[in-house]
Amino acid sequence: MALLKGGKSVDDAWQRIDGDEVLPETGPVVVDLSRWQQDRESLIARADAVGVRLQSDDDPESLAGDLDHLTLIALDFPGFKDGRAYSSARVLRERHAFKGELRAVGDVLLEHLLFMHRCGFDAFEIQSDDPERDWQIAVDDFDVWYQPTADGRPTALQRRSS
Amino acid sequence: MYRYDEFDQALVTQRAKQFARQVERRLAGELTEDQFLPLRLKNGLYLQLHAYMLRINVPYGVLSSRQLRKLAHIARTYDKDYGHWTTRQNMQFNWIRLEDMPEILLELASVEMHGIQSSGNCIRNTTADEYAGVAADEVEDPRVYCEIIRQWSSLHPEFSYLPRKFKIAVTGSDNDRAAVKVHDIGLRLYRNEAGEAGFEVFVGGGLGRTPFVGESIRAFLPTRDLLSYCEAILRIYNQLGRRDNKYKARIKILVHEMGLDEFGRQVEEEWERIREGALTLPDEEIERIRTHFEPPPYESLPAESAAYLAKRTQNQDFATWADQQLADHKQPGYAIVNVSCTPIGRAPGDISSGQMEVMADLADRFSFGELRVTHNQNLVLTDVRQEDVFTLWEALISAGLATANHGLISDTICCPGLDYCSLANARSIPLAEKLSARVADTSRQQEIGEIYVNMSGCINACGHHHVGNIGIVGVDKKNSELYQLMLGGSAEADASLGKILGPGFDEDGIIDAIERIVDAYVSLREDGERFIETYRRLGPAPFKEAAYDGTTQGR
Ligand code: SF4
Repeated sequence: MALLKGGKSVDDAWQRIDGDEVLPETGPVVVDLSRWQQDRESLIARADAVGVRLQSDDDPESLAGDLDHLTLIALDFPGFKDGRAYSSARVLRERHAFKGELRAVGDVLLEHLLFMHRCGFDAFEIQSDDPERDWQIAVDDFDVWYQPTADGRPTALQRRSS
Repeated sequence: MYRYDEFDQALVTQRAKQFARQVERRLAGELTEDQFLPLRLKNGLYLQLHAYMLRINVPYGVLSSRQLRKLAHIARTYDKDYGHWTTRQNMQFNWIRLEDMPEILLELASVEMHGIQSSGNCIRNTTADEYAGVAADEVEDPRVYCEIIRQWSSLHPEFSYLPRKFKIAVTGSDNDRAAVKVHDIGLRLYRNEAGEAGFEVFVGGGLGRTPFVGESIRAFLPTRDLLSYCEAILRIYNQLGRRDNKYKARIKILVHEMGLDEFGRQVEEEWERIREGALTLPDEEIERIRTHFEPPPYESLPAESAAYLAKRTQNQDFATWADQQLADHKQPGYAIVNVSCTPIGRAPGDISSGQMEVMADLADRFSFGELRVTHNQNLVLTDVRQEDVFTLWEALISAGLATANHGLISDTICCPGLDYCSLANARSIPLAEKLSARVADTSRQQEIGEIYVNMSGCINACGHHHVGNIGIVGVDKKNSELYQLMLGGSAEADASLGKILGPGFDEDGIIDAIERIVDAYVSLREDGERFIETYRRLGPAPFKEAAYDGTTQGR
């Protein structure tokens, strides 16, 4: 699994902690929502960065009050047809102005990168032999958009009136 | 009609190129069929029983002669020389090869057409009243807002993997010809007491296995807030709609399970957060789009053309056809002309490439080069001078397009059924053909009057059988084709769902039963009463008695 960020393949410094697994002494960790809710205080007290991984049926609102403590939120696509995380991403970015890393994990392919990016994802755990090529193909597909989102791409309407 | 600007055109061309790459990746084995499936669906490509089927959007049913000629060309070059109008105002080709798709999409893009989101779990082509812009009873032109929705919903990054498909319809008149109450979102455009234009918003209507009539979720939505409100509805649906069972995934089930009040509360809450944001429609943009729908340069004519009236008295066949096919135009001296693509004894909605070309020529000669596709799978020329109607009629006769059955019993709606569709339990096209052959006589049909017969090959209801005055659905019974009959459906402003009458029939039995039901109606109706009105007054009992009386027993 490659991590794609800013169009580049990068090393992933984050350790994924499933369920009640023991936390490593140091290093950034990403935990499930239930673990976060259970060990919130001690996780905040850690010296290193903390992230939370949301399942597609977790409500992003449950993190609304905690965003200042989180450096990363990973949103899971259990199958690419489950599109809930697109909404979760926009809720976190646009409704709550989350500034950390928003990572797409799970069933992530070239064909989804662009829409994910438009919804606020900026990192992707992608299944691919050549993630950088995939990124280039994906972002070159379109340069016209009708929908205003927080990604800053100008919409057709904005370009029409400029 | 709306003409693409550079941005609209770029998007559609880029999409065609993107799909060419995806086809290449599929053919090279880089994408599995499972991964490719949603991509091809979002470009309108289904795999049917025998071949690929391509569905091409006709945005809210509005088509130019140039576009229709391109469709004729595609039918001739890539298909078996004909196409098919669908109940959602689109065109469908049934015999497409995957390898040809990239070329076809580029051909379509050259005339501002595409198959984007014509299938798949996303926002589909928005539909509208087929008389939009010309109907005498229209309050506001719905096409303006359909086009705004078309743009907003195209390649929407958040709503491209919804729980299920999503359909929006807009009507601009109180006589709802767009069936807005059986859509996921239905919009009724009207003016409030202060004279401002806005929408009544209906949500959660739909047919399929579990039909519902949509309910009003907001009495008045200012037009500038159209997109933020739709986005709020879609966001709640995308987050909370069921994904565990595809038959429970439509928004109607969510609304039903949550209750309209709670669903509405959540929508309003979300809307409050986003309503003053970037989705608010500037007046200038509404106006920019409205200029595309300015009326054509009408001549000022007397309200009634003497030449037209004279032809009517001279030619009884013409008068009969005109009585059935013409509708009132808001402009004096003009007529709305319905052209039946459901001739007696033939599949509803089929049209040959030759007929497409004839229609394109007639649109150029008589109707400012524009046509409409109707949800009854027919065509409309919206702006014909009354004095041209006779010449037009003669041309339609030679093209086999002069059937006089608009709104009559032989003008059935029907889905592809077992002849094309892998989900079907029964054939629907041959049944529609048989019924129309049985009631072929025009004067008999006119005596019967308005009656909508809708047929589906299975409970998925693509033929909208629940909202047919008479609905027929193929059911699976011990591997034989069996049809169930329902009565009392309507897709109009007073929408209602039909009720199953009793045990099902075989193919011949159901035709006999319909005939007896119609006979019963004719003998029971009061003056000027339409079938649906008689049914509502008397209930099912007398019709049930008629249907199950006689030699062919229901079973
Ligand atoms: S109603 Fe059934 S048979 Fe007809 S097209 Fe739809 S799925 Fe196929």
